[in-house]
Amino acid sequence: MQRYDAVIVGAGHNGLVTAAYLAKAGKKVMVLERRHLIGGAAVSEQLYPGFTYSSCSYVCSLLRPEIMRDLDLPRHGLQVNPYETSSCPTHHGEPLVMYHDADRNRRSMSRHSARDAEAYDCYSLEIRRQCRFIKPLLMMTPPDPTSFKWGDIEGLLRLGRTFGQMGERQMYDILRFWTMSIADFLDEYFESEIVKALSAGSSIIGTALGPRSPGSAYVLLHHYMGEVDGEIGAWGFARGGMGSVSKAIAGAAREAGAEIRTEAEVTAVIVKGGKAVGVALADGEEVYGTAIVSNLDPKRTFLKILPRQHLPEEVYEQAERFKIRGSSGKLNIALDALPQFKGLPYDAHCGAIEIGDSLDYLERAFDDYKYGQWSRRPFLDIVIPSTVDPTMAPPGKHYMSVFVQYVPYKLADGPWTDEKRQAFGDTVIDTISEYCPNFRDLILHCQVRTPWDLENEVGLTEGNIFHGELTLDQLMFNRPFPGAAQYRTPVRNFYMCGSGTHPGGGVMGAPGANAAREILKDFKGRVLS
Amino acid sequence: MSEQYLRETPFHDRIAAVASAQSWERWQGHITAVTLGGMDREYFAIRNSASVYDVSPLIKYRITGADAARFVDRLITRDVARCAIGQAYYTPWCDDDGKVIEDGTLFRLGKADFLLNAALHNLHWLRDTAYGFDVTIEDVSAEIAGLSVQGPLAQTVLIAMGIGGLERLAHMRLAETRLDDRPMRVSRTGFTGDLGYELWIRPGDASWLWDRLMAAGALYNVLPIGSAALNHARIEAGFILVNVDFISATYALRPSQKRSPYELGLGWAVNLKKDGYFIGKRALLAERKAATPRRALVGLEIDGRKPAVDAFIYAGKREVGRTTSAIWSPTLKKNIAIASIAGDQALPGTELGIEIWHPKELKIERSMVGCRVVHRPFYDPPRKKA
Repeated sequence: MQRYDAVIVGAGHNGLVTAAYLAKAGKKVMVLERRHLIGGAAVSEQLYPGFTYSSCSYVCSLLRPEIMRDLDLPRHGLQVNPYETSSCPTHHGEPLVMYHDADRNRRSMSRHSARDAEAYDCYSLEIRRQCRFIKPLLMMTPPDPTSFKWGDIEGLLRLGRTFGQMGERQMYDILRFWTMSIADFLDEYFESEIVKALSAGSSIIGTALGPRSPGSAYVLLHHYMGEVDGEIGAWGFARGGMGSVSKAIAGAAREAGAEIRTEAEVTAVIVKGGKAVGVALADGEEVYGTAIVSNLDPKRTFLKILPRQHLPEEVYEQAERFKIRGSSGKLNIALDALPQFKGLPYDAHCGAIEIGDSLDYLERAFDDYKYGQWSRRPFLDIVIPSTVDPTMAPPGKHYMSVFVQYVPYKLADGPWTDEKRQAFGDTVIDTISEYCPNFRDLILHCQVRTPWDLENEVGLTEGNIFHGELTLDQLMFNRPFPGAAQYRTPVRNFYMCGSGTHPGGGVMGAPGANAAREILKDFKGRVLS
Repeated sequence: MSEQYLRETPFHDRIAAVASAQSWERWQGHITAVTLGGMDREYFAIRNSASVYDVSPLIKYRITGADAARFVDRLITRDVARCAIGQAYYTPWCDDDGKVIEDGTLFRLGKADFLLNAALHNLHWLRDTAYGFDVTIEDVSAEIAGLSVQGPLAQTVLIAMGIGGLERLAHMRLAETRLDDRPMRVSRTGFTGDLGYELWIRPGDASWLWDRLMAAGALYNVLPIGSAALNHARIEAGFILVNVDFISATYALRPSQKRSPYELGLGWAVNLKKDGYFIGKRALLAERKAATPRRALVGLEIDGRKPAVDAFIYAGKREVGRTTSAIWSPTLKKNIAIASIAGDQALPGTELGIEIWHPKELKIERSMVGCRVVHRPFYDPPRKKA
């Protein structure tokens, strides 16, 4: 019988990162994936001839540069092409377009507010200050302040030192930033509604918070702490779609000797004598290993594949209470030609287009959701990767990714049906058509995905794209919950490496890399045997 | 009105019309663009779709006459006998001490008809060394305009434009063709290390070519670029630049700064076995007999991400060299540099230290990090030669 040093459940990008690091350290690694393709929510799929869809995640920024370099991902085919604009069409006057070039951006923003165009510099600086504090935390195991272990104390000291370097006012600001709402934060800088709305988009993507909910400011930060080639906050398209991120990581893992099996669904973790020793597959096969690592979200990890009798009741309850509310949907659309959004210059079609031109618009979209309905006028984060990446669609035709906020996992009027999915898709297309009148005529094919679909196809519980809400009560040493926040679980030899662990989701790879480091530490310290 | 200092290239009107960034520099007496609308986008066009760069300021010498082949063979370090008609040769040429005057591309247009593309003025050197040969050497720079089309979609775009036979044109080969009844030379050459072509035309056809290319390229994200993006790509491709990575023997004030082809990593382009004498042969033969070259121009991979511009390199405490070109490579996600270092430290895999000074909010910070010698090119996609 084959026995592995590590068996990883789920070939999402984090599982693959863990596999690659472990294999590079000489461990014998097996990755087991339920689906026919690897990558989890970072996949490229051809659902219409000639078109490649980034069918779940669609843009790349957060993937840690350390990981790209350690695993030499460019050599395995990863190329990230940055885009340079974000824009917001509106029915009230001119659209807002924000550019990469500072002068051009100031000129464009001052059409809405000369004051805001200048405030933007202060605002970006503040965001960068906040990111400077967070960035060193990403690739470290979050220290637990209740523990008196040397590693935790050392980590806290390191944090304290960075914190101490910041000056009194900034320390206050950090605490405010991590808890306040994005609306309050933006009010401190900007007067123009459309400027606030365009900035607030990043604070609601993927969460069950509205722009006026406390904690939403942090979510914005989460989207800004990435970079493309040192350009903080920049986003790009992975050439060939997000699947090429997973493919590159898998390439690095395989090169280092890891095995990856698809269509191998893990149904249960095998626990013997309080120790995880292997996994059982849907077809009855068992795979044994020293370390068992779950890339699944905390709910699926603790409530689905780990038999309940091996779990302390308190942990089970914590897992049940874990907030993982799905709030996002996705439309993947093949288009016969480039759509023309009202008032937007060509350049703006090559970047992010956000629908939702005021904080009220966004908050109302959230209001519908709170009571179990999809937003009647949803917030949309639209990108057309084929404007930059020629591999996504035939020449002259385009692939459009439409991220939709908000759409509930559980509808007030009963379960999702095909008719409801269709109606939801129509709502989104109608919303786009408001700004792009002939939009419907351009559609060659359209895939509509609700949170329910994301759960059932990809395995994201409730369709939550981050494997759990990014609020302070579920971050750092609280992610996913106290006592399980350092990639270890209450069951010996059973680890977690998914986005439900620190520092969270967004195709960052950091949870996977951090988990691998902790697992290797345990191998070395003979905790794992 | 006073006389303009700089010349405009034949493509200037078209480029100026799209140069929103208004970022210009000089290139051999011409005004050329550093970037047109943003260096990042232009760089990624080279690696992701197709880029267009005006190479008209290149200096071009036509060498013809009964002795043309004999003369060129004496001039350059490679063996002209092996250069077929319709082939392009990348080659250095040296002074009598075997020190590199320049490196450039030689097009063999006929049995006794060559075109030498250079970055610096060489006419005095060429005419002087041609003494006794039955050759004519003319500076034809102003008679030929050039446009470089580089990137994974370069071939697709040019085919869409109507240029025939490109699928069969091998790397470093030339084709003489016509489009819209206008003559055009296509060479599968470039300075990006990617799939790419250079189109050579009569200057009067410049606007026509530009418009044709932009029309054909509209569906393929074809993007005109400036020198900043090109420089990034050429460093990734490991191409060296005269008076940046080495000083031309003609321009070096101090003899110690002159470099032989071996010292520049161009030993592969020196054919010591070819018949007869070529300029610098005696000195290069002697140098070949010595154990290791005194200096070496190598590729470095550097820890961290601060571009190691003008950085000193150490082996332990001994200072062994300096970087000549350095960038963060967006494609490789690596910090890379071309560096001139002591010959005994040049073996790939050699671990060295590097001292990088970088500005940070009016402070200059010093970081001492590790680096290692690696093979150039840093980036060499199969499509370049496929």
